[in-house]
Amino acid sequence: MLLITCPYCRMARPESEFHYGGEAHVARPAEPANVSDAEWAAYLYMRANPKGVHAERWRHIHGCGRFFNAVRNTVSDEILATYEAGMSRPDLGDGTKDAR
Amino acid sequence: MADRIAARRSALEGLALPSSAGLASVTDVGVAARFLYRGAPELVAGVFGVELPTTPLRANARLERAVLWLGPDEWLLLTAKADDSTLSATLSNVLHGKPASLVDISHRQVGLVVSGPRVEALLNAGCPLNLDVAVFPVGMCTRTILAKAEIVLWRTAGDTFRIEVARSFAPYAVAFLDEAMHGIA
Repeated sequence: MLLITCPYCRMARPESEFHYGGEAHVARPAEPANVSDAEWAAYLYMRANPKGVHAERWRHIHGCGRFFNAVRNTVSDEILATYEAGMSRPDLGDGTKDAR
Repeated sequence: MADRIAARRSALEGLALPSSAGLASVTDVGVAARFLYRGAPELVAGVFGVELPTTPLRANARLERAVLWLGPDEWLLLTAKADDSTLSATLSNVLHGKPASLVDISHRQVGLVVSGPRVEALLNAGCPLNLDVAVFPVGMCTRTILAKAEIVLWRTAGDTFRIEVARSFAPYAVAFLDEAMHGIA
């Protein structure tokens, strides 16, 4: 079983307590009325689907109940970092921070 | 029609709680008042009489009252007193106009005390956490899972845990612990 460190509980917890929450850091346009349909569709539907390092949201649903962010390698399933919701993606020094 | 007045029945009524000498036993906590509080910790500590723990996964207990940390702004308040309506009113008054939420969940869940020398093995049949006393010490509490049921687990003593489980899951949790008891025998 995968162990995921919850940044709020501050301990490694079993994967079965968590739910996946999709890609992280998808920012809602500040002025939805001013964006084009294409931009709005991109915000709603378009997601990165990388083979490799990916920042994503997880929820500790059977624990503290909070959403947080995790950087996970989608190939090896290794979780490289977890951090609180609202924080920016940490630079792990592997050049993946700005890749999307 | 006086005999038609609804009587409160425990979700555990009619269930045989598993117990095995030398291993572990499950007992009913009985009626208790429970509140789920979300908001600033200092608002209710005074009237409740117990400091709200701000360290993750810790519980504070004093006399018959306890506060369990469930999340960064979420606590479970427990009192042994059945249907504590005066406490409910007092807390509501204190919180009036404040950005906080207080939900009376006294009847939503039931409490079980699981105790005995093999209690960790019993719970680990359905709970994937490391329950070793060095990792999960006395006073630690958390929401977690017991097989397919979500529970709140609180270690009240070295060989004693309190479980809070939704009343609809209570027969399942009891049946699961009964099965698990055979597994550790």
